[in-house]
Amino acid sequence: MNLSLLVILPLLTVIAVVCCKGLKQVRTVSFIGASAQFLLAFFLLVVYWQERASGNSTAMLFQADYIWYASFNIHYHIGVDGISVAMILLTAFVVLAGVLVSWDVDTMPKEFFFLLIFLSAGAYGFFISLDLFMLFFFLELAVIPKFLLIGIWGSGRKEYSAMKLALLLMAGSALVFTGLVGLYFNTDISDGKHSFDLLQVAQMAVPLQAQLLFFPFVFVGFGIFGALFPFHTWVPDGHSSAPTAASMFLAGISMKLGGYGCLRVAVYLMPDAAHVYAPYIILLATIAIIYGAFTTMMQKDLKYINAYSSVSHCGFVLLGIGMLTKTSVAGAVMQMVSHGLMTALFFAGIGMLYSRTHTRMTEKLGGLLKMMPFISTVFVLAGLCSLGLPGLSGFVAEMTVFMGSWQNPDNLYRLATILACASIVVTAVYILRAVGQTVMGPVTDSHYNNLSDARWNEKLAAVVLLMGIVAIGVAPFWLNKLVTPGADRIIEQTSKTITIK
Amino acid sequence: MNNFFLLARQELALTLIIFILLFIKVGTKEWSNRALLNLINGLLLVNFLSGFFFYEGGVLFNEMFHTGRLLVLEKNILNLGVLIISCQGYDWLMKHKHVVEFYVLLLSTLLGMFFMISSGNLLMFYLGLELSSIPLAAIANFDLEKRQSSEAAMKFIISSAFSSGLLLFGISMVYGSSGTLVFSEIPQHLTGSPLQLFALVLLIAGFAFKISAVPFHLWTADVYEGSPVTVTAYLSVISKGAAIFVFVSVLYTVLQPLAAAWYNIVFLLSVLTMIIGNLFALRQSNFKRLLAFSSIAQAGFILVGISGGSQAGKASAIYFILVYVFSNLGAFGVVAIVSAITGKEDTASYKGFHKTNPFLAWVMAISLFSLAGIPPAAGFFGKFFLLIAGAGKGNYVLIVVAALNMIISLYYYLTIVKIMFIDRNDHEPMAKLPLHIYPRMALVLCMTGILVLGLIGEVYEYIFSLSL
Repeated sequence: MNLSLLVILPLLTVIAVVCCKGLKQVRTVSFIGASAQFLLAFFLLVVYWQERASGNSTAMLFQADYIWYASFNIHYHIGVDGISVAMILLTAFVVLAGVLVSWDVDTMPKEFFFLLIFLSAGAYGFFISLDLFMLFFFLELAVIPKFLLIGIWGSGRKEYSAMKLALLLMAGSALVFTGLVGLYFNTDISDGKHSFDLLQVAQMAVPLQAQLLFFPFVFVGFGIFGALFPFHTWVPDGHSSAPTAASMFLAGISMKLGGYGCLRVAVYLMPDAAHVYAPYIILLATIAIIYGAFTTMMQKDLKYINAYSSVSHCGFVLLGIGMLTKTSVAGAVMQMVSHGLMTALFFAGIGMLYSRTHTRMTEKLGGLLKMMPFISTVFVLAGLCSLGLPGLSGFVAEMTVFMGSWQNPDNLYRLATILACASIVVTAVYILRAVGQTVMGPVTDSHYNNLSDARWNEKLAAVVLLMGIVAIGVAPFWLNKLVTPGADRIIEQTSKTITIK
Repeated sequence: MNNFFLLARQELALTLIIFILLFIKVGTKEWSNRALLNLINGLLLVNFLSGFFFYEGGVLFNEMFHTGRLLVLEKNILNLGVLIISCQGYDWLMKHKHVVEFYVLLLSTLLGMFFMISSGNLLMFYLGLELSSIPLAAIANFDLEKRQSSEAAMKFIISSAFSSGLLLFGISMVYGSSGTLVFSEIPQHLTGSPLQLFALVLLIAGFAFKISAVPFHLWTADVYEGSPVTVTAYLSVISKGAAIFVFVSVLYTVLQPLAAAWYNIVFLLSVLTMIIGNLFALRQSNFKRLLAFSSIAQAGFILVGISGGSQAGKASAIYFILVYVFSNLGAFGVVAIVSAITGKEDTASYKGFHKTNPFLAWVMAISLFSLAGIPPAAGFFGKFFLLIAGAGKGNYVLIVVAALNMIISLYYYLTIVKIMFIDRNDHEPMAKLPLHIYPRMALVLCMTGILVLGLIGEVYEYIFSLSL
């Protein structure tokens, strides 16, 4: 299959959106485009399975490689493994749901859907890139649309949040850039030429000194995208100010760029340094998990609750990566997928509530289950997934991370694992409290009695995301089987070199 | 003699246009501004297109003048820039009484730049430099009724006279210690003696004035603010571009034996220029001043690439100028139109600009993204290559400083975007501006350049193959 389609399709949709007039045309075109992406992602999954089933065990499938800038040895090189396919599927789910919940954006709809779909093109491009230059290109592509989405259609302190997000993410990409350039000049293929090619660099032994110097740049750089403590501060502000669909994109896709980059670039290409810095990563991840959980307890705004809990949940991703075992890395990828779907659903639910009640404060809401049974159910399910109820995706992913973490015999690592596990209790407290206050109990405001339940587009969005969550929760093996070979390859890379030291 | 017409054909074409304009002026027929501008823009288009025929190199006048594929390309880039600037200045020039004089002066400076680029001898270089700066001071004064404009012209002529003095002093020392003025002979006589190092410092200082590198930037903001927008655009893109072209070729060929010495100077200049340029840009409220400081910072990025001292360094600097022509002129084009029609030049008057003028607002936003180095705009590629070229020497400090500066610069570029798209306007926003066909074409050209240039790798590769 031609992977470039994943980028071309959104771009065509974007062009079609530009040519449209009025909200109705724009949203129809966007919906068609997003559905096509959704089908394409599933088609990719099917052909990927077929290829693997037929015995093709090369690291990356469906590769295509064209020279882009010959003198710098920059290529347009694309390909996917199981991890990328999982992330592409996640993106397709969130994009479709995001378009559906934005059905009634009436201020500048053309620009809104343009930026939304453009953002998805960047995400797909990022996940299929096998060239570090391309990867960086698509990483930065996603920064400005987020700034505009929050700044123009956001609420609250939107200018501040948008600027903070743009500058912090730009700082992240500046760090990534420095790291990548450093890495580039430490790869020597024939006659003094250097390489940006991910697979080529992975085959090469990058000198340990260079790895130690540039690993922090790349890891922290991507970490900023993935809410690494203490660089997570853009997450709560950005999420809470963003319009619903942008929040879904931010939490569901953009933060995953960071996790994916940490794994694919930092750990895979600089495995020795990954071992050296693993304790620090775990320390920061554990702090993020616990700090995120306790901060969430104090929040009263639903969006802030979900944003801070995202910091906590993304901590599990980094914890899984830092533990450097096959199971933990597979768990980290599953947590990315699970968290992406779950937060997107949560934000969609909050958006639906907010558009009706015009408040997000938990103490002002109450008893919504009577008027809005569908939305409230969605809300409860998202909450239950967040606190890790078996049968939903959160449980599977977090469980895998813990299993993988426990494989590390080191006492300090075990302590980190135990602390991370303990945070689930805190998660249960804040989730149950928030959900309970919002949808149960007496109706706090008589106006709420006249509110209507979800419309078809909102229902469809929620069902799409719920499908993914339940599919992972009930039958986790398919996702596990999808991501395990890729995770194994990354860990084999790190264990191959550990003996050198 | 045939050689002369072929090799110097770009200079001759410009001279021809200047003469046509002079004849129009002395002729008895009164030309309307509209007819004049149609004619001139047509001539400039032909001039630009004619640059693409015949690329062979050669030498004229005892090595005083030399040309080659790369130099022809550089002149084409400048021709393109002048064409765009001329189209964008349409609204301003339509109201002006002295269109012919304006173009005669403008094209003489361009002619001077062409001679400067093609020079093979320090005297020829100096001659070209003077021809390119003195008429510039005259057109900086072209907002005849504004005092600020005369002030800008005065500041420009004084500072450029000063920098010419430095250059001449440097040139005389080079001559004194090497006994020659010919570019191809100087390198053999450069031994790195203290006198020559002093000459090197003076030469670089002279260039630093022209490209407004810190600490030789003090004239820039005031001159940019006072001059008419069209002239400001010309100063910041064409004038600076030409100076960069010559600077690169002088450093990489004539001064190559002193590479170890100039590397340190260029390194220091680039770090200072980026930091000071960006920090000062943060607090500007006049659009032209903001773009002035941003263009100082951009010069710092170019110096990063130049410091690389490799083929990639030269190619990336030239490529960046090409990118910069599109990006900076995109931004200046919008400012020129707004300034010519409404007379407003402060950033605050752009509040709610997107509501009334969506096309212009998007052009401005995309140009600013390109200047900030955000993909998929061409500026991203330009900056990326400059920084890779600069990192080629293993100087990662420079890369970290440059990367930090990209964050600072993003802040003020995004502030403008915020003003146009997000800020509410309590007063009436700017009315919908009429957009004439020339400015529109120029802006579309800039947008096409910004959005397409980076994705086509061949453009850079072509420049790279020429910049041996």
